[in-house]
Amino acid sequence: MANPLLEIQGLKTFFFTRKGIVKAVDGVDLSLNEGETLGLVGESGCGKTVTALSVMRLVPEPIGRIVEGSINFEGRDIVKMTESEMRKIRGNRISMVFQEPMTSLNPVFKAGFQIAEAIQLHQEVPAKEAWKRSIEMLRLVGIPSPESRVNEYPHQMSGGMRQRVMIAMALSCRPKLMIADEPTTALDVTIQAQILDLINRLKERVGSSILLITHNLGVVAEVAQYVGVMYAGHIMEYSDVNRLFKNPKHPYTIGLFQSIPRKRGPAHRERLQVIPGLVPDLLGLPIGCKFQDRCSQVFQKCKNEPPPFVEIEPGHQVRCWLYE
Amino acid sequence: MAKFISRRLFHLIFILIGVSILVFLMLRLIPGDPAHLLVGEFASPADVARIREKLGLDRSYPYQYYIYVKNLLKGDMGVSVRSNVPVSQEVFVRFLATVELSIVAMLISSFIGIMAGVISSVRKYSIFDYCSMVMALAGISMPIFWLGLMLMYLFSVKWGILPMMGRYTMGLDHHVIAGLVILDSLLSGDLQLFFNSLKHLILPAFTLATIPMAIIARMTRSSMLEVMSKDYIRTARAKGLSYGAVIFRHALKNAFLPIITVIGLNFGLLLGGAVLTETIFSWPGLGRYVVDSLSARDYPAVQGCILFFAVIMVVVNLAVDILYFYLDPRLRIDGKG
Amino acid sequence: MEKVEALSELKKNKTAMVGLILICFLLILALIGPWISPYNPLVPDPINRLKGPSWSHLFGTDSLGRDILSRVIYGSRISIIIGLIAVSISLVPGAILGLLSGFYGRRVDEPIMRLMDIMLAFPAILLAIFITAILGPSLLNTMIAVGIVYIPHYARIVRSSVLSLKEQLFVQAVRSLGGSNLRIIALHIFPNTIPPIIIYATLGMGTAVLQAAALGFLGLGAQPPTPEWGAMLSEGRQYIQNAPHVAAFPGVAIFMLVLGFNLFGDGLRDILDPSLR
Repeated sequence: MANPLLEIQGLKTFFFTRKGIVKAVDGVDLSLNEGETLGLVGESGCGKTVTALSVMRLVPEPIGRIVEGSINFEGRDIVKMTESEMRKIRGNRISMVFQEPMTSLNPVFKAGFQIAEAIQLHQEVPAKEAWKRSIEMLRLVGIPSPESRVNEYPHQMSGGMRQRVMIAMALSCRPKLMIADEPTTALDVTIQAQILDLINRLKERVGSSILLITHNLGVVAEVAQYVGVMYAGHIMEYSDVNRLFKNPKHPYTIGLFQSIPRKRGPAHRERLQVIPGLVPDLLGLPIGCKFQDRCSQVFQKCKNEPPPFVEIEPGHQVRCWLYE
Repeated sequence: MAKFISRRLFHLIFILIGVSILVFLMLRLIPGDPAHLLVGEFASPADVARIREKLGLDRSYPYQYYIYVKNLLKGDMGVSVRSNVPVSQEVFVRFLATVELSIVAMLISSFIGIMAGVISSVRKYSIFDYCSMVMALAGISMPIFWLGLMLMYLFSVKWGILPMMGRYTMGLDHHVIAGLVILDSLLSGDLQLFFNSLKHLILPAFTLATIPMAIIARMTRSSMLEVMSKDYIRTARAKGLSYGAVIFRHALKNAFLPIITVIGLNFGLLLGGAVLTETIFSWPGLGRYVVDSLSARDYPAVQGCILFFAVIMVVVNLAVDILYFYLDPRLRIDGKG
Repeated sequence: MEKVEALSELKKNKTAMVGLILICFLLILALIGPWISPYNPLVPDPINRLKGPSWSHLFGTDSLGRDILSRVIYGSRISIIIGLIAVSISLVPGAILGLLSGFYGRRVDEPIMRLMDIMLAFPAILLAIFITAILGPSLLNTMIAVGIVYIPHYARIVRSSVLSLKEQLFVQAVRSLGGSNLRIIALHIFPNTIPPIIIYATLGMGTAVLQAAALGFLGLGAQPPTPEWGAMLSEGRQYIQNAPHVAAFPGVAIFMLVLGFNLFGDGLRDILDPSLR
């Protein structure tokens, strides 16, 4: 297998707050090949956004820091890069789409300007050319009459349209990797489907790989080839999407699937299953497996030692003492 | 857009009418016969009778007001008791002097204030931040007339490097082009006058600039801090923009709007400060003229000045509103005021 | 915010505490002034006129030989009283107008706010000069003038507070329970406007002291021999060249008092309502 496009090994990103150290990402291994979509799933606070920000090196500075690990992108370690080297990559080789389209665009600049800015910066073309290309990008993301839309301000656009503009901005320089952090969570359900469809189609068109972050398993099923399930700063299970959905191994993953309400089948009409308990406070994590307090199959070893991330079958890894 | 401007103009006219009524009433509220107040202590009975006739002072108040406004629209604000020159003339000459002082003070305060505020916000909690915010707080707490006197003592008396009063040394010729000495001297190539007037301008301008500078610095800092925490700044960084571009292009343009509002709201402080600063440094502007006229009981002059100041305030406020409207795209398209 | 919570927050806020200390210091000075000032502030001593700071006269003497330290101490009473009275004169009508304006909307709001706008069209000090010209120069008239000038400021603050409170659900709740307008205003809306009022009144004390001192400086305030700080500065101006101490010390006193109010007011604002920043 060719070298992966993105390889994260042992990533640890901590936040040094007044109340203590928050280990938002505590030893994450991930890899993504060219042309693939990797879904990163988990509840809020599990560290998936921080993982994405770490790849972009946008973790808010003095308070947060990448303390350990490597992020290899196209053969180079992002963690070791200087800020100016990183700036050449951001928006250019790796780009990011954020969760809140309503607030992620600058209200005082036209949509066209915000797209053209990235193009001008990374592709060193004159303003006029960049402007033309941004109109093309708007067309690509399915915005009707892009020639007039390009002169509009964000407040003149709906949420779905703003998210399309964000995607246009992210793809404008044909990045190798696009990170999408909950791109549809803040949108209406009908628009969600459209945006996911758009992302899928564009992936082919532009030739990008996608790291999709979401808490919604349905979204993952639609878009991803590979899935990583995150909990309290760790990846608990990793596999290709089919195998994960048919045969989840980790108790957390199983719990997630069980808590999806069903419309038909044996689980229909039964009481809604939930995973008991709450996401743990990242300042007071237990020793041993981080999932112990909520696990239905917990035993003594889980409380003493944190389980390692092992491959139980080719391409399927789990972090659980049930599978040693 | 047109609707907005027409609404604001309507509002402006209403305010101007209200202001003129208030100023008109001033003379009638001061103890004493308005006729005597208007012609001064040394006038003859004939003068008194003449002014009573001219302004209809024995007729009803509404009629007097009508005459008053009629004269104002002609540009007639009465005649100064002290100099016997029409007030409008006196006001105009001194107005330019105040404009010169105010513009320079505004430039100094904006430039230093915004820079200090931006640096403070970017380097939050640093020594620079702490020092500049402390200085800003001190700036709005100290009496401007005291600051002026202390600076005057240091620079003019103790160290003798800057002149104590006036706009330029007496005896030097001022070839009037625009009425602003600095500009005129540059335009006519009179470098001696240029440097001379510059030296005279520094202390009063800096004194006047202190309070606006402090306010602008504090406002800029808090505005920038708020903007920098917004999502679109994160997007800008994610695009690979340099820190400078993020701060000065994306952040500042957004932070600018509340800063302009504050500058506009506090313009009155600048004018008020001019009154005190001009008095201390004997700057021949409108502020000092008001004070001098009041102590000399030159009521036509006082009345004219106060009216003039109010008109300037109102016009400047309208200009700031329009500027704000122009700068914030969210207001423009909606069409709402 | 609970009172107890607020008080402990206050103690933690360093700026507020420094401000409070300054204010208390000057307040105490004002209260015990007559007992601790070394000389009588009004008695001239022409032999010792315009002497610089020395052990016998810590702040030096003025043009009539009076001890400046004593005059400054007596002046603190005057300035604090000026602040209190001027702010009271501004607050009461201002708050009432603001409440009425904000609550009743359109028909009441328009005329009141237009009147306020007319007053605000004048730079503060000019309006104060205007009023003093009518009333005549005296200490009391200075307080009245400064008080009147700032009525629109408090009216606006209270009005905007009321406007945002009016929208909140609890007002509708009281109304649906049958509460009358007066009840709503007095018991529900007004108490919630108190935090911003306290903040701006504190900051306003500083402003009032500065403006009154400015009027005193221009000769429109307390008449000699009253040791009002602004008037002392006016005298000091004449002697700036050879006796700068005459102007320096009263100015420092004004600065300290206003700084105290500003620090305390800022601290209050941070605690009670950071959104007002």
